[in-house]
Formats: sequence, structure tokens, C-alpha cells
Amino acid sequence: MSFLDYSPAPESTSILKLQKQYGLFIDGKFQGSRGKSFATISPATEKTITKVVEATSADVDKAVKAARVAYDKVWSRMPGSERAKYLFRIARIIQERSRELAVAETLDNGKPIKETRDFDIPTAAAWFFYYAGWADKLEFATGGATPQSHGVIGQVIPWNFPLMMLAWKVAPALAAGNTVVLKPAETTPLTALLFAEICQEADLPSGVVNIITGAGKTGQALVEHRGIDKVAFTGSTRVGRQIAKSLAGRSTALTLELGGKGANIVFDDAPIDEAIEGIVSGIFFNQGHVCCAGSRLLVQENVHDEVLSKLTRRIETLRLGDPLDKNTDIGAINSKRQLDTITEIANSGEVEGASRWSSSCDIPSKGFWFPPTVFTGVQASHRIAQEEIFGPVLSVLTFRTPAEAIEKANNTPYGLSAGVWTEKASRMLSVVDKLQAGVVWANTFNKFDPTSPFGGYQESGYGREGGVAGLLAYLKTPIRTGGRK
Amino acid sequence: MVSASQALAPASRASSVLGTDLSEQSLRRYLNGLPRVDVIGANARAGHFQTRSLKTETKRQGLDLAIRMVDLTTLEGADTPGKVRSLVSHAIHTDPLDHSAPSVAAVCVYGDMHVSKDPSGISVAAVATAFPSGRASMKVKLLDTEDAVAAGADEIDMVIDRGAFLSGRLGEVFDQIVRVKEACKRPDGSYAHLKVILETGELATLDNVRVASQLAILAGADFIKTSTGKVQPAATLPVSVVMLEAVRDWYLATGEFVGYKPAGGIRAAKDALRYLVAVAEIAGEQWLDPHLFRFGASSLLNDLVMQRQKMTTGHYSGPDYVSVD
Repeated sequence: MSFLDYSPAPESTSILKLQKQYGLFIDGKFQGSRGKSFATISPATEKTITKVVEATSADVDKAVKAARVAYDKVWSRMPGSERAKYLFRIARIIQERSRELAVAETLDNGKPIKETRDFDIPTAAAWFFYYAGWADKLEFATGGATPQSHGVIGQVIPWNFPLMMLAWKVAPALAAGNTVVLKPAETTPLTALLFAEICQEADLPSGVVNIITGAGKTGQALVEHRGIDKVAFTGSTRVGRQIAKSLAGRSTALTLELGGKGANIVFDDAPIDEAIEGIVSGIFFNQGHVCCAGSRLLVQENVHDEVLSKLTRRIETLRLGDPLDKNTDIGAINSKRQLDTITEIANSGEVEGASRWSSSCDIPSKGFWFPPTVFTGVQASHRIAQEEIFGPVLSVLTFRTPAEAIEKANNTPYGLSAGVWTEKASRMLSVVDKLQAGVVWANTFNKFDPTSPFGGYQESGYGREGGVAGLLAYLKTPIRTGGRK
Repeated sequence: MVSASQALAPASRASSVLGTDLSEQSLRRYLNGLPRVDVIGANARAGHFQTRSLKTETKRQGLDLAIRMVDLTTLEGADTPGKVRSLVSHAIHTDPLDHSAPSVAAVCVYGDMHVSKDPSGISVAAVATAFPSGRASMKVKLLDTEDAVAAGADEIDMVIDRGAFLSGRLGEVFDQIVRVKEACKRPDGSYAHLKVILETGELATLDNVRVASQLAILAGADFIKTSTGKVQPAATLPVSVVMLEAVRDWYLATGEFVGYKPAGGIRAAKDALRYLVAVAEIAGEQWLDPHLFRFGASSLLNDLVMQRQKMTTGHYSGPDYVSVD
């Protein structure tokens, strides 16, 4: 046996105590529904993990009403310092139950345990800690104006970072004094349901957080419900557009965090070995299921060959397989549907004339998998250079001058993220300044912190999550009544 | 496999790599043209190796590999022939309770500690060139080296002149390595293996580590080594990331293999296994061989042996079940 064929090191699932069927978490209790029940499966094995229920519009109505009562009677009246205590408590319970949550997330989503353990769950806890600190200091965020919460927030989150996206949505909403009805993605409801248990454990007042499971129809019923004061959505640009349309003409506030086609720009004076790591984490982190993924590599022509040979050598060392194995780098694609989408767009890359290279890693026979793939010779007009693939597929383009790099990086209907790699500080500053992206990483990629706002330009959406900006998204815009402040 | 010492004579080889005559200026231009190192990124890469989980068969394999790669070291003013004899015995019989345990690669001692040649195949490495500071005239450094080689050293661990390096006299450092290498030549024309110690703790930045690694390789080092063990910090994983990238890049460019030896501060078996992971994942599995990778250590061996006992017997023994030296 070769040393690099590391022996299996699976994380045990015995810590998980799941129920066979989960109801909807409304008004502080798990409740039954008339909706039909459906299985949530592990994408790595296609085995059923547990069953959840598809919330009907009557359920949505019930959840929104519960949130309204909780808002009117309890949460909006509670001093910020008291709300903070609940948020701190939730943060601590997330930490205490982190191993259980990491295992649940890995099972349900297919992402490697090392990512859920070292990234998803700690980041989720960090978000609650951070916004807990804001709950009694809102007037410092509003510049002295009386902070005003929206009321009931309808939140719909995606399947790529289930618990972390929940934290990004729920923590600032509650800190600002709102109550929420949240719908997790239909393929990854598990950690949201465990989060409901955490709310119970933290004695959070009934109705402040309501979690309803279901698919697109449930989500639609939620965002279109008249009792919702604000909608926060993270997901595809297609669905984001529908939501914006259906809310047009209503006073419901809306923030959208949508797709992206991030450019990762590597100049010839970059720290090459670290840039290789950044390219790898930019597109293969979480199997590329990242809205801010660095899915377009823009590499200066004179170092193209060197970068590509180092990159492919590095990708060959990535370990694809059982997500519960602690040494797995690349897990399963979240669903058959997503695998089909990735496969279809990747095939178009070959048809349109780009050259395809894939890691020679073994692909398990069960489950949904896609090997890390790199396309070279990609032209800006190719679909793989334009469309968000949301998978482990990197499109490599070249440039010759900084101006060309900026032009190509900005040549996208999106504008969520970008990365720049150069050891020359003046070049870094001048290029970063001209990139139209909500976040630009300098000599790194895919780094997140609760204090740092995150969000997009153009078709990547509007509104920010994280930092003060993310808090203000859950407060009404203060109306200045004149006078100097 | 092309070993570095069979290649072109270092100076002419260096000028072929540089593509120009070898001068202080051309050397500096070449070394300054190397990619810079981003510290945050290198630290993150090092962190990644700490999260690998080595179990069962891989752990067993790793422990044996690590034992075979140890340069069991004693470099004390108080060293005596008796102390060194017992070190050699420990190096051969690493586990007094299990004779199937592998021997280490070499013992590493001061040049005046004459070690009787034993039939077991372990090598003798001598530190030379005014170890550990390197502060002596070139004449003394060369004599120091020749003396150790004449006394039968299989390997010479030299130190670079950090003062010259830090003040930018790169050509001087290069020349010194080339001349020490020549001093490693035996009457029969063969060479003692040359390990070049960069003393990374004194070079301070990872950029310097990258440049010094390349400089040593270019001058004909068979191994590049982090530290003397007398300066803190000694071997670290981020430094190892950079030095392993240097030997890997050299191999990719020339097809030649240069070895790597972290030394100082590696005491636990768990840490040693992380180094093996870094070696295999950065440079490649070819480097998991005592010809290309060594641990410079003294107390590490016993922890490796205790962990190996645990794997064999299923329970922990204790420090009384391994030999103290």
C-alpha cells in the first residue's frame, strides 16, 4: 500500500440521534402537516437519512402568524441586551453540538467532514456570537437614529452551506429585533431542523424562529405571503428574479444574494505556490458549490504553462470520496439534478472548443460525483466562461496586461467576488479598485468573517450580509428628521 | 534517479541553469527572480497537513518510515566516546523489546567523535564547518570537513554563512558550499553526502528560506537542512513547505533529486507523521526514502518507538520500555 493511500479515517455517525420523520417547527414546537413527506438522502450513498414534510400554504400561513405574534408580543419589546443573551446561548450550543452538526451537514450535503468541522459549523457559531454583540448596540449602527426592525422576515436559503447560510440570515435578523420564518433547501433540511432543537434548548421564545421544510412551492408561498415584511433570499439568479418580480409594487423589503462567476487573477509576479492553493480552494472548496467561487482563472500569459502544470499536479493530490472520511478533500455533488447541470455545461465546453482535463481520481460507484476539472483554451464567449456552473469546474483564460485582466474580469453579468494575486502592492491596489465585485480577495480566496460585509453587484444581487451592513439590512432605513448629527 | 553529486560540477551546472556566466550579479538576478512566498498562504498550507488523520495501516507504515529516516543526533559539548557508542547501539536496536523494529538512517555527531564502522548499514554524519555558528575562516571550515571525511564520515552536515547571506554576499555563500563539497571528496573519488544547513531561524523570512534553499541546491547540496538545533525556531512546518517546494521545483526543472532534512524541535511521533504527509503531498512519495528525507532529532526516536509498540501490542508502554540513549 502506498503511503498516500491513507487508511480510512471515517468520522463516526453514532453521535447523531435523528428522528425517522420530522415535522415543521412552528411556534416553538415540531408540528404535523398535511403536506406530503419526502426523504432527504445522502448524496454520497443515495441512502435515505430521514424524512421531512413539504409545508403547504396553510402551514406557511401558520408559521407567519406565529412569527407575527412573537414579534408583536415578545421579541420587538424585549431589550436588546436580553435578545443578546439568547443569541449568545445559541452560539454556545452550536459550539457544544458542533461535532453532531458537522456530521449531520456532511451526511445531508455531501461535503467533506473537514470542511463542516473546520469551516461551516465554526463560521455559523461565529455569526451568532458576532450579531449577539450587536443586539444592544443598534443605535451605533444607525448613527444615532432610533433603530426600527422590519417585523417578520421570510428567509429562503440554499443547499451549499445549509447551517452557515441559516446563521447568516437568522443571527442578524434576530439581533435587529425581527422574527423569522426560514425555509432550508429541499435537499439539505437536516441542520435547520437540528437548529430548531437548539432554539428549544436555548429557551428561545416560541415563534421567534420558525422553520418550514419544502421545495420551490413552499418557498414561493413564503415569499409571497402578505404577512411578510422582508424577504431575504440566497440562491440562483433565476429564482431571485422571480422573487423580485413577485414583490414588485409591494412595500416588502428584499435582499438577494445570487450567483457569481468570480475571476481569480494571477499576475506573473504572484506568489505562485500560494496562488495555486488559492486557485484550488477558489474552485474546489465545497465541490465548487460556492456562489463566490473563483470559477474563472485569469492567468497572465507568460506564466500560463507554469501555473497550469503546477495546478494539475496539485489537483491530482486532492482526495475525492467518502465525505465522512477525515482525509477527504472533495466530497459528493449535492444532488443528481446538480450533477446533471454540471455535466451538461462541462460538455458544452468541449463542444465549443476548450480542452478538458480532469483529475484521474477514482469515482465511487454510488452517489453523485464529478472529478475536479480544468478547461484551458477557454474564450470569453464560451458558455463555461459565462455561466455559473456551481461545480468543480475551472475555466482558464489568459491576459497580457493589467488593463486586459480587469476588462475580462468585469466582463460578466455577475459581480460577487474576485481574487488578485501579485506581490506588488501598487498593482494590487490599482487592480482591486477597478474590479466590480462585492468582495475582492488579495493573495487569498474564499475567506469569510462575520465582521466583513458580503454581497454582489448586478445579477449577483443586492444587499449585504455580514458586518454592520448586514445588520442594517434587517433594520428599516432611518429617516433623518433634519438637524445636524 | 540522478543523484546530485553525479551531475555536472556545481559551478558549470549552475551557469547552465542560469543560462549565463556565473557571477555575483547573475546569481542575484536569478535568485531574485524566484517566486516570492506569501506567508499567510504558506502557513495555511502547513495547517492543512496538521489535519490529516493517519490511522491503522498508514500509521504503522508511517512510524516505521519515520524511524528509518531518523538521523539520531547528539551534539553536546559533553559528548564522550562512551555516550556516542551507546547512541550507535540505540540507533541500530531502536526497540529493545522488538528486534524487528527498523534501525535509523544515521547517527549525527561532532567530527571528533570517531565512530567505529559497524556492519549494520547505518551511516555516520558529522557536523562540520565550525558548526553551529559557521563563524570561522574558510581554511578552518575546509579542514574541519576534510578531517571528518578522513575519519570516515559518510555524510557531512555543514552550515551556511548566514552573515554573508543576510548581507547579500550570495556568491560567497555559493562558493563556500562548492568548496566544502570539494572537501567532501575521498581519495577514491567518491564524495561524502553533503547536507547544507540554512539555519532558517536566523534567515527569518520565508523569502530568504526559498532563496537560500535554491542557492544551496545550485551549489551542489545533496540535502538541504533547516537548522542546527541550536537556534530557535528550528524546523517548522511552514519552513518545510517552502523547502519542499524548492526540492520539488528543482526536480521538475532538472530531473535531479535533492533531499530534505528538518532538524530540531520535532519530538513527537504525531509531528513526525505530519512531516511525512507534507513530504508526500508536496514533493511526492519518492521522497519517503532515507536517501531523500531525514529527521534530525534526538528524543523523537523514543516516541516513535513507543507509538510503534502501541500499534503492535495494543497498549501504551512508557518511557521505561525504551532506552534512554
